[in-house]
Amino acid sequence: MADNGDNDSQHRVNEGDYVVLKRGDIYKAVQIQKKKKTVFEKQWFFLDNAVGELYGTTFEVVTGGILQPRKPKCVESSADAKEAGMDNRNILDDGKSQKLTRDDIETLKEQGLKGQEIVQQLIENSTTFRDKTEFAQEKYIKKKKKKYENSVMVLRPSCRVLAMMYHGREPGKICHLRYDTLAQMLTLGNIHAGSKVLVFETCAGLVLGAVMERMGGYGSVVQMYPGGGPVRAGMESFGFPSRFHDTLHEFPICHVNALLAGALDTEAKDIDADSRQANGDKSNLTQTDSEKAESKECSPDTKDQCMETSTSTDPAADKEREEREKLREIRGQEKKVKMEEKRKKLAAAAAVLEGRNADGLVIASRFHPCPVLLGLIKFLAPSRPFVVYSQYKEPLIECYTKLREQGGAVSLRLTDSWIRHYQVLPNRTHPVLLMSGGGGYLLSGTTVAADTPKMGPTRGEEPPPKRLKLTETTEG
Amino acid sequence: MSFVEYSEFIQEGDVAIIFLGHDSMMPVKVQQGAQTQTRYGVIRHSKDLIGQRFGTKVTCSKGGWVYVLHPTPELWTLNLPHRTQILYTTDIANITMMLELKPGSVVCESGTGSGSLSHAILRTIAPTGHLHTVEFHQQRAEKAAEEFREHRVGHLVTVRNQDVCKEGFGVTGVADAVFLDIPSPWEAVKHAKNAMKRQGGRVCSFSPCIEQVQKTVEALANEGFQEISTLEVLLRVHDVRSITLPLPDFGSDQPLETPTDTPVPSNASVLCKTTTPPRDMAGHTGYLTFATKPSV
Repeated sequence: MADNGDNDSQHRVNEGDYVVLKRGDIYKAVQIQKKKKTVFEKQWFFLDNAVGELYGTTFEVVTGGILQPRKPKCVESSADAKEAGMDNRNILDDGKSQKLTRDDIETLKEQGLKGQEIVQQLIENSTTFRDKTEFAQEKYIKKKKKKYENSVMVLRPSCRVLAMMYHGREPGKICHLRYDTLAQMLTLGNIHAGSKVLVFETCAGLVLGAVMERMGGYGSVVQMYPGGGPVRAGMESFGFPSRFHDTLHEFPICHVNALLAGALDTEAKDIDADSRQANGDKSNLTQTDSEKAESKECSPDTKDQCMETSTSTDPAADKEREEREKLREIRGQEKKVKMEEKRKKLAAAAAVLEGRNADGLVIASRFHPCPVLLGLIKFLAPSRPFVVYSQYKEPLIECYTKLREQGGAVSLRLTDSWIRHYQVLPNRTHPVLLMSGGGGYLLSGTTVAADTPKMGPTRGEEPPPKRLKLTETTEG
Repeated sequence: MSFVEYSEFIQEGDVAIIFLGHDSMMPVKVQQGAQTQTRYGVIRHSKDLIGQRFGTKVTCSKGGWVYVLHPTPELWTLNLPHRTQILYTTDIANITMMLELKPGSVVCESGTGSGSLSHAILRTIAPTGHLHTVEFHQQRAEKAAEEFREHRVGHLVTVRNQDVCKEGFGVTGVADAVFLDIPSPWEAVKHAKNAMKRQGGRVCSFSPCIEQVQKTVEALANEGFQEISTLEVLLRVHDVRSITLPLPDFGSDQPLETPTDTPVPSNASVLCKTTTPPRDMAGHTGYLTFATKPSV
């Protein structure tokens, strides 16, 4: 038996699951919460009925915002000899061929007619439909279906689905990283289970999630982050099991230089009961760089902590003061616990990085890639791949040049990926009319053992300069 | 060393990639006492490779040097012996993502060919997945099985020497994903559907010709597949170059002292850091058609 009841459950939607809703080419990531209204493509509905159904099921949205699983469609019978014309020479596009008005259609919608039925009504009330060619009729039906259908597919989140979603909905959030470029990154970076991967990204956590998906919860991922804290919204949408989170570390880049210099002190200090000591947690971490930590470390208002002196003998006021102080103590304790946790996490991440033996490096951010790469490449073991994404080409040219000068990397390649979708229909096969203009650029390479400064211009990776009349020179 | 797990030091029996510079590489099977000839001289395995770290520089007998790299499916694709036309990393990367492959995935593939895609799949589905690969050519099937063993991934793959269009993949109801790279993929669509899990899965067909794509799309639609989508991907390489562009000399805006003297041309030029495309690029490999088997 290929499957039994047990196997099935992992293929079914559960409450609390992160899923992706799909209609046509539109995707949206949501979390299943019963009795919660979800909006998708200008429709409001409840996801309750999705629970227990298999992933990949298509639902109809019926009145009341209820989801109804759609019966599997039988193959469209295009074998009927429909009345159709030969070409459009006599068809006038005067906007008057549809007899139903917008109000009529609204009425039909209110009556609860299904999308398919509305389309049927539109066909019957179109004076030109039967004059259109078969192809034109099919195209017309497809167009109307897209407009009036109200079906929703519930998908399991995956890199493919989420990357397409982000690129279609909010490309700005992911530095305009197109999904095929992301695919290149994961493969060129040899991201696989059991390795140790460093990720620096400002793509809402999508790249992080994609890396984690390919690692399957094995190995470890260190998310290097700028600013106050790591952004993980995109990663959360993958809905990873909790054990995946155990393999994830984070490390603020403001401590990178200290770590590299061996000056990062992550030891626990004896924290005085005095909460004022707790404020100065920056003093616990010795930093050699003058850069102010962008970390939004809690710096509670010291004024709060100061002991109030009061000469009042009012018992009610005394009691109130006592309670306030108790609360302050509790908060102080909570803060201590939180900071100890933070210190532990930092120490753990530092321990993972210290060995400078990471297996892969993935960079995809709005920051200038050059300093990011040159800084983080130091954490990689020799003979390991790295991939840097940039929305623009020029910063990567700089990266390439600096890396050639500095050495320590081979097989450097600056590439971008070109993708084209096709419409495949009998006698109507052609590339789709609109194409993506660009999906960003990648610089990839492999580290090698750090060397003495370059051996001279004889063994650059580029072909030796030819003696040409043109003044083109190659970078030695 | 294995193709699915990194190791630090080179050992006997490993496959290592010798990097000679500028897109020039070669695979070697590391053996005690063996030697490898390169244009920079001889590499003695026992002395220069075994026990060394991957990524180190190795000096050859003539004094030249090379780097020894840890094998990856990507490096293997560029260095493997071709027994058939192979898939390259650009297509492989998209196939991997669009089929939603990850650790634990069960994949069916036909034809195995030279094993380029197979190695990439194995890397992605390890350590808990499995690849069922079908190759109708006996010698190719045997060679592939041998290579998987040498590359220490034999436990993750089953090679079957049969015709997928007639006999299918040899398993049913287990696959999360199916990949077809055969002359008549439409004949294997039913088998692909049977090999896939009842609850659904992803399928991909790779075909160089549009006619093949049309027949395959029709077959997929007839078998009830959804989200049928056909695309192609190409990689553009940008070669980084420093360009010196001479500036034109429009002469001085002051009148010349002696009108008959020819003005001395200036040699001013500007240095630009830019990229140039290579002379040729891969313009077509094949069309990739993807679809989802609906859960029924």
